[in-house]
Amino acid sequence: MSKKQTKYEAYEKKTKEHEPKRPIFLNCCKAFLIGGFICFIGQCIATFYIHYFDFTEQTVGNPTVATLIIITMFLTGFGLYEKIAQFAGAGTAVPVTGFANAVISSAIEHRPEGFILGVGSNMLKLAGPVIVYGVFSAFLIALIKTVLQMIGII
Amino acid sequence: MITGKSTWTFSSYPVIVSSGVVVGKEEAVSNLNGHYDEAIEDMFVGEDSYERAQESLLTKAIDYTIKKSSIKKKNIQFFISGDLINQITPTTFAAKKLNIPYFGLYSACATSTEGLALAAMMLEQNGANYILTGTASHYAAAERQFRFPNEYGGQIPPTAQRTVTGAGTVLLGKEKQGLAITSATIGKVMDYEVTDPFNMGAAMAPAAVDTICQHFQDRQIDASYYDMIITGDLGAVGRALTEDLLKKHHITFQSNQFIDCGDFLYKKEQNMQAGGSGAACSSVVTYGYFLEQMKANKINKLLFVATGALHSPLTVQQKRTIPSIAHAVSIERK
Amino acid sequence: MLFFWAFIVGGLICVIGQLMMDIGKLTPAHTLTTLVIVGALLDGFGLYEPLIDFAGAGATVPITSFGNSLVHGALLEAEKHGIIGVITGIFEVTSAGISAAIIFGVFAAIFFKPKQ
Repeated sequence: MSKKQTKYEAYEKKTKEHEPKRPIFLNCCKAFLIGGFICFIGQCIATFYIHYFDFTEQTVGNPTVATLIIITMFLTGFGLYEKIAQFAGAGTAVPVTGFANAVISSAIEHRPEGFILGVGSNMLKLAGPVIVYGVFSAFLIALIKTVLQMIGII
Repeated sequence: MITGKSTWTFSSYPVIVSSGVVVGKEEAVSNLNGHYDEAIEDMFVGEDSYERAQESLLTKAIDYTIKKSSIKKKNIQFFISGDLINQITPTTFAAKKLNIPYFGLYSACATSTEGLALAAMMLEQNGANYILTGTASHYAAAERQFRFPNEYGGQIPPTAQRTVTGAGTVLLGKEKQGLAITSATIGKVMDYEVTDPFNMGAAMAPAAVDTICQHFQDRQIDASYYDMIITGDLGAVGRALTEDLLKKHHITFQSNQFIDCGDFLYKKEQNMQAGGSGAACSSVVTYGYFLEQMKANKINKLLFVATGALHSPLTVQQKRTIPSIAHAVSIERK
Repeated sequence: MLFFWAFIVGGLICVIGQLMMDIGKLTPAHTLTTLVIVGALLDGFGLYEPLIDFAGAGATVPITSFGNSLVHGALLEAEKHGIIGVITGIFEVTSAGISAAIIFGVFAAIFFKPKQ
């Protein structure tokens, strides 16, 4: 057992020697620039809505997000989002546009399998975990906080 | 005839009569440039899904193969092929159109040499006069099955490989002379507990090493016997690992004697990370480029070792390791 | 100044995501799920609202804000209706992201073909 284990461990070590290193620092810089830029665009959109429509700092989040998602639809549909993402990494994955890209790309991809079983069933296959565990953790956190408030601890 | 532990040697020399190679747009501008019968710009090949596109690629390659030979379709007894997509259905539909008795194989990207070995054995045993074999794969079809939707923005790490879009097929027959299949070594499933599906080269390298060693041992030859030894789709990482591991078995190569099809295929400026992969990677490069080199007398003895990673999206999610296999076929001028 | 901080804070959250993917070797799905839970936790401690006041879109655009608004909706309803509000209020604030993604996902499936 132990002899076998070391054989595989030795191989893993050898594999690491031959693997090209991920350029982590460079990747982080790109993620920072592109991610920051998307948030900057978001801020421009938010400012636009506050000035020209009846929104406040607190309520402007929703229309901003919706607008970014429309933009993402076009970028994904024309095949551009994927190209930017190979450069930006988390810079395009972490903003809400990445969430939208996950939904929209799955929807486009499964069109040949039909609208119900293809598009409908598979649309949330990548974004699903985010919704599921977002909701579940939000439930637990809000529940704990509410109970603690009720019994007067906080 | 069985020679040694797991090698067949063929005394009747089944010969490669003709070949057909069809490639996609990225492969058309790669190092394969000019060494194919047709390049197709449209990733859909005029169809409405990537799976159908792959089916069309295979059908086109088969058409070229038959057209380039003097053999009529009705004289071909069997078609041996397989691919990576959902229960090898793209190959099945191509076989339906072809209307020749069909053996469906699954050895992932090692299917090309598995088909060659089985075809050679059938010819050797007088089980057939002419057999068609080959493989097809499609980047977008593989991507959506094994990784993410094509339009999804996921960053690909530098160890990843790109599935080749294309198809390569050959027609084998019993003829007096030409490029003959002289032996084949059937590999066993190897597993060095690699789990990263973005580093398939590392998963497959031990299988390539095991099969190459077994081949030399069974035939009692060494690397110098061959002008060229080519592996299927190890990519840059897997190729380097294989060379390293073979050194431990005292097998060394001259410069440019050992080439990996996946590593060889794309040009550096195409930015394809560790290189090409997929069932068609070994077949388009070998049947397109290396057979031409043999016909031009630049290579006389070739050892062709296709490698396959035998995982599925299910086993990866269940955190299983990636098992792999390699089959070797020697092609020599007779 | 809000524009500047939106850029910096949004960028930094993306850097955290990049580190999780490159060093932690997490898949994008694992990374995003973790970030959403972190966002939810931050709001649980009442820290996310101040971040939005400080960085604007730098805090509302990254996926962490999704966790924040889920908790926020639940807490708002809980104030009105007690424990039951925790369940009924979850999508109260955050509906825009999910509904827009689904609506435009269907539109995209109708109008676009994969480009590759």
